[in-house]
Amino acid sequence: MAETRLRVPTAAKKGDVIDIKSLISHPMASGFTKDSAGKTIPRDIINTFTCSFNGKQVIMMKLEPAISANPFISFPVRVDQSGTFDFVWVDDNGQTYKDSAAITVS
Amino acid sequence: MGLRLRLLPYAVALVAAIALVAPPLARSQQTQSDLAKYMHGDQKSGYIYATAQTRAIQDDDFQNPGSLWTDKGKKLWNTVDGTAGQSCASCHNAAETSMKGVGATYPKYDAKVGHVIDLEQRINLERARMGATSWKWESDPLLSMTIYVKNQSRGMPVNVTSDGPAHATWVQGKAFYEARRGQLDMSCAQCHVQNNDRKLRSETVSQGQTNGFPTYRLKWQAVGSAQRRFRGCNVKVRAQPLPFGSPQYVALELYLAARGSGLPVETPSVRK
Repeated sequence: MAETRLRVPTAAKKGDVIDIKSLISHPMASGFTKDSAGKTIPRDIINTFTCSFNGKQVIMMKLEPAISANPFISFPVRVDQSGTFDFVWVDDNGQTYKDSAAITVS
Repeated sequence: MGLRLRLLPYAVALVAAIALVAPPLARSQQTQSDLAKYMHGDQKSGYIYATAQTRAIQDDDFQNPGSLWTDKGKKLWNTVDGTAGQSCASCHNAAETSMKGVGATYPKYDAKVGHVIDLEQRINLERARMGATSWKWESDPLLSMTIYVKNQSRGMPVNVTSDGPAHATWVQGKAFYEARRGQLDMSCAQCHVQNNDRKLRSETVSQGQTNGFPTYRLKWQAVGSAQRRFRGCNVKVRAQPLPFGSPQYVALELYLAARGSGLPVETPSVRK
């Protein structure tokens, strides 16, 4: 099971631009590497990352095989109301990893 | 958007990568005094040899990918396992207090076992007491727990003794370090003692300190133990690597940890 980490401020002022950081443990097998027996390790990467705020998509990112294992993604978001950020990572095996964080906006 | 990138010899991958490369992290110049804590006498941590970008990943507790294993270790610490129905926490309570300073003293002589053991072996001995199956070397749970325990000593000086009952093992470790081996007929000491600070192609040769292990190595894209690094070095001089947990490697771990005593524990460090 993949381990996820989030850093989202718990409180902000209306209109603030906050920094969101996320990290997930994933091998990000590029599909170009071989195991010790010489067999190609099939591609298995996180191919899509999305973050939505109160159900509305904030960012959607397509990831490619050149990206390292355990991808760290950070981005700024402007917040105008209290709510919850939902994070979804999807990998090539169709596995979905989810995490969420709430923020209070005053 | 910040991303760590792995360079692949594929043009397509590189094009994709370039599009995603974030501008280099703005980082104030580290002063000599910042770096002083990573030195002890003439001993220098691998941190000194790391680039500013690599140091920045290590220094940011959130971004440091090794912290994912610290988190996993914390979960395992509180997970009941084995026939005795206990978790680590059942006896040791909170690791933050009970394990403070413990990881910094390993490897060390254990009177009950009658020889020197390293932290991984200690963890599996404890698991045997719990009636739990022992974790495989280099397996995710064993690395996670080792990192979690050693992380409790982060910033504290390595405090490994080469005296007393551990001395015989320390002598073996020193002999291993100084013995030439492999088709290249090279010893560990020839690079890491006689030629450290000098260049091997584009890389600066470090002293081969173990204070940051288990470390997150960018090349591995994962965490690994000191013994995994030993095996890698042995293969580089075209010697036959020894199996994980072999007495020679434990002796080598002891020798290196004793030599690096005084350096701060950095687990999980980030290295290239």
